Amino acid sequence: MEELNHFLEKSREEIQKANDLRALDSLRVLYLGKKGEVTQLLKKLSEIPENQRAAEGKRVNLLKNELKKLIEARKKELHELEIEERLVEEKIDVTLPGRRSGSGGLHPITRTIERMEDFFVSLGFEVVEGPEIEDDYHNFGALNIPEHHPARAMHDTFYINSSSVLRTHTSPVQVRVMENRKPPLRVICPGRVYRCDSDLTHSPMFHQVEGLFIDQRCSLGQLKGLIQDFLQSFFEKEDLSVRFRPSYFPFTEPSAEVDIQCVKCSGEGCRICSRTGWLEVMGCGMVNPKVFDNCGIDRNRFSGFAFGMGVERLAMLRYGINDLRLNFDNDLRFLSQFS
Amino acid sequence: MLISEAWLREYIDPDIDTLDLAHQMTMAGLEVEAVNVLSGDFEDVVVAEIISVEPHPDSTKLNVCKVDAGDEEPVLIVCGAPNVTAGLRVPFARVGASLPGGISIKAVEIRGVSSAGMLCAEKELGISDADEGLMELSPEAPLGEDLKTYLDLEDNLFELGLTPNRSDCLSVRGVAREVAALNGMVVNETDAPDITSTHSEKFPVRLDASDFCPIYLGRVIHNVDLTRAAPVWMCEKLRRAEIRSINVAVDITNYVMLELGQPMHAFDFAKLQGGIVVRKAKLDEELVLLNESKVVLSPGTTVIADEKDVLALAGIMGGQTSAVTEDTTSIFLEAAFFVPEKISGWARKYGLHTDSSHRFERGVDIAIQRRAMDRATELLLQLAGGQAGDITEIRDASKISDRKNVELNHASVNDMLDLEIPIAEVESILTSLGIKLTSNKSGWICVIPTWRFDITEEADLLEEIARIFGYNNLPITPIKSELVGSILPESRLSIRRIRKQLTALGYNEAITYSFQSAGLQHSFDPAISPIRLVNPISEDLSVMRSSLVPGLLQALIHNLNRQRQRVCLFETGLTFIEGKTKINQQTVLGMVFSGRNEIENWANESRNADFFDIKGDLEEVFSLTGSLSEFSFIEDRRDGFHPGQTARIYRSDKAVGWVGAIHPELASSLGVEIPILAAEIDLEAILGSKLPQFEDVSKYPEIRRDIALLIDKAVTAEQVMSSVRSVAGDKLIDLSLFDLYSGEGIDIKRKSIAIGLTFCDRSSTLKDEDVTTAVSAVIESLKKEFAAELR
Repeated sequence: MEELNHFLEKSREEIQKANDLRALDSLRVLYLGKKGEVTQLLKKLSEIPENQRAAEGKRVNLLKNELKKLIEARKKELHELEIEERLVEEKIDVTLPGRRSGSGGLHPITRTIERMEDFFVSLGFEVVEGPEIEDDYHNFGALNIPEHHPARAMHDTFYINSSSVLRTHTSPVQVRVMENRKPPLRVICPGRVYRCDSDLTHSPMFHQVEGLFIDQRCSLGQLKGLIQDFLQSFFEKEDLSVRFRPSYFPFTEPSAEVDIQCVKCSGEGCRICSRTGWLEVMGCGMVNPKVFDNCGIDRNRFSGFAFGMGVERLAMLRYGINDLRLNFDNDLRFLSQFS
Repeated sequence: MLISEAWLREYIDPDIDTLDLAHQMTMAGLEVEAVNVLSGDFEDVVVAEIISVEPHPDSTKLNVCKVDAGDEEPVLIVCGAPNVTAGLRVPFARVGASLPGGISIKAVEIRGVSSAGMLCAEKELGISDADEGLMELSPEAPLGEDLKTYLDLEDNLFELGLTPNRSDCLSVRGVAREVAALNGMVVNETDAPDITSTHSEKFPVRLDASDFCPIYLGRVIHNVDLTRAAPVWMCEKLRRAEIRSINVAVDITNYVMLELGQPMHAFDFAKLQGGIVVRKAKLDEELVLLNESKVVLSPGTTVIADEKDVLALAGIMGGQTSAVTEDTTSIFLEAAFFVPEKISGWARKYGLHTDSSHRFERGVDIAIQRRAMDRATELLLQLAGGQAGDITEIRDASKISDRKNVELNHASVNDMLDLEIPIAEVESILTSLGIKLTSNKSGWICVIPTWRFDITEEADLLEEIARIFGYNNLPITPIKSELVGSILPESRLSIRRIRKQLTALGYNEAITYSFQSAGLQHSFDPAISPIRLVNPISEDLSVMRSSLVPGLLQALIHNLNRQRQRVCLFETGLTFIEGKTKINQQTVLGMVFSGRNEIENWANESRNADFFDIKGDLEEVFSLTGSLSEFSFIEDRRDGFHPGQTARIYRSDKAVGWVGAIHPELASSLGVEIPILAAEIDLEAILGSKLPQFEDVSKYPEIRRDIALLIDKAVTAEQVMSSVRSVAGDKLIDLSLFDLYSGEGIDIKRKSIAIGLTFCDRSSTLKDEDVTTAVSAVIESLKKEFAAELR
């Protein structure tokens, strides 16, 4: 009895002193292993007189269980210590920058075109593209701009030869659509266009998005509504004032220029809007019946409207870009501002 | 065009202020681009005469002028203007005067000479931009009179940006008509002057080119005195339209043009011989124009000639020899009509653009010539004396196109304008524009006034109604249309998806010009003869691009030169290559990459990007098709590229593009000493993609085996990989090349590669021995085919 208590006390101390799992395991073998001290005690039970055997057996078993518990508890303790140590060791500086692969971005012009497309596609328009070297007929003739018409002087055309030009607008794409498909038509034509002009406010290459809507009964009121909705959602300004002024394009009649309230000064008058409070942003109109005749669409059955805008102009207004030429320098310090 | 408000208000004077009037015109389609206040912001500037001019004792550029401003004593002024001359009358800012910009005039000393005031140019007074010299006033200008009073400067100028269809507004009278319609008023017009002829001389006129000039009116006026100056009011009106005063006869023709829109010409009658002939130029005929330039006439040019010589470029500019001068005593006045479609383009051919050609090209009122002739005659008789003869009028009616009446359907008005507009209002709008109406069953027959030949169709009339009614007053109506849903085909990638992938890979999108310099393009495409622009902006932008690489390369260098350490750019756009029957315009994706392989960071050591960086990016793009295995990279050569680091890209058997390093010598010549990688892909060829088709995911484990081999350096990775694939059997589900080594410890001609083979069976657990058999077969085959040794 005395002996067992003594053994337990000694073992308790030893177990507590074990500093790692291996040492602890050696103690377990020493006490409880096949040749361990407690195992030996159990084996010796047969040598004890029968009347004491049961009581002694109980005591040894109690000791055995107690040791097991002690070892388990120490094991848990050691495990926790180990994890704690590892966690301390693994501590990092979370403020170090992450490993980025570095993402790029779309050109502001493309970004703007995509927003424009999205608006019109949501209304059932289809995006159509076409060639940039065009024949004279599709760029001018079909659009009611005969040779020597003063409207041609408005275009400053680049010539490839006497019959081919760099398209001066994306309208020829619409002509091709009208020639090849049957109304109703709803298309939007984004792309590069070219005019032989280069200075602070003119680039020899720029982008347009033009649209065409042909159905049985189209009206100026519908065109006004569509354009107003577009501009208000493009600039994310529900109360943006939009006004329509009569103008002239050979391919539309009636024709209109569209002005918006200056987005910089909200109509107060500033440098951007030349103190007028208004910015000219688009042209539009009802498709001239002569264009229908040229493209084989029955002018008595169908009517339609068309509109067009300069992408650079709208992108510059939206993002506050102050120099047209930045768009074509491809300087990363510029481009990365739009990613 | 510049329109004087005061002059306009002589014709029509609505009760609205200047800015409202400008707004009204703008909203009716006559865009007022600017309103310039004519009366400059100055005080106490008077008319003065320069009595004498002496050089400044201490300056070669300055003069000392004695100036008489109507005061008791003349004053001395130091002046540097080039046109100071004794006898000239000019604006004089007295001491105490104020000029625009808050300048106040004080008595000063200029290089030792005192100067008591300032002689002024127009710009200094803020009344125009002219600053070549002092403003020259009439010799009759009263000395000491306030300049504002003398010139009647209380006026504003409207800068009208007229659209080409509105030639009817290229005159004060035309704009007045428009303003009258907008305000429901009537233009104040005097009746056409009644000229009684006082001699009977008529000069014959013949139209040999009546398709070009179907109407010609002429009149001889004798005994004019052109030494008389045009009155101030006339000179001022001309000046406000930026027309220089020449002599009273020329001034009158210009004045009538501004007033009525009819360009006219005055010939010195004494210089004319035989009669006027309007004809085509003969071969090698020459003419010295009023602007003193000599032109050799090209065939087809229409000229005004007499029996002997060419006198003028018809409708464009007169000639010098027959021009009126102060000595002229007899005048032949011309008022003609030139057909717009015929005259168009001719002025430009001679590098000219005149007030006359501008009007004729756009169209002049076909019924205004007699009125203009009489008005000019009236003014001439009034201002230069003389006797007028009868008008000679030659018309070729067969060459004057008939004015068609236009039908207007009442229903169309409601349809297109979404407006139930009362009949009376439609009629009142159209009538206010000078259109005469006759009602018919469905609407009206409209007789269009002679000055509005832009109106030929119903749509044109609808625009007129909308315009006068006000575009902004038209209602907005929703579009009603049948709903048809649609979605893009899934088996076709969108360019947007490809762009998105590239931006995720770190590329910024560039937009470069579609035209570039022939030189750089030749470095890459020497075999392609470039498509040249007839009229390029500059030599640098003179040929259409046959490749996106040169443009992107320039953009890349622009950025490297600005200390960017890593430049990845892409662009999508057309290339232009002359084909057998037409120009091929193909949509291409271009990419360039140079500098660090990854953005600078603390964790990894970075190096310069190489071929495999851009190839990896390309593979990420190709993998969007779901069929990366269809793509292969075959060693090839292209001009401008590194001969050992360039591949042609194939999709199945079709060549779809290029990738490689730019030739180091070319890069070096462009100032770049690190590798530049570039790729160019036919976009159309990579848009086709695979619709995913689900396959069962295997429930059984995968087994991977790695082998390392020594092979000859000349053996390509692709050779090894395809050999492995062909013998490893159908249980091989993945194959990777994960290590490559050459150098120390290995035969100099050989390299070591390590490949990983992953096997799996869909229907059962693979047995180890099956995998071992497959791997042994692979090793055997590699030994046989490439003399490979297992490491």
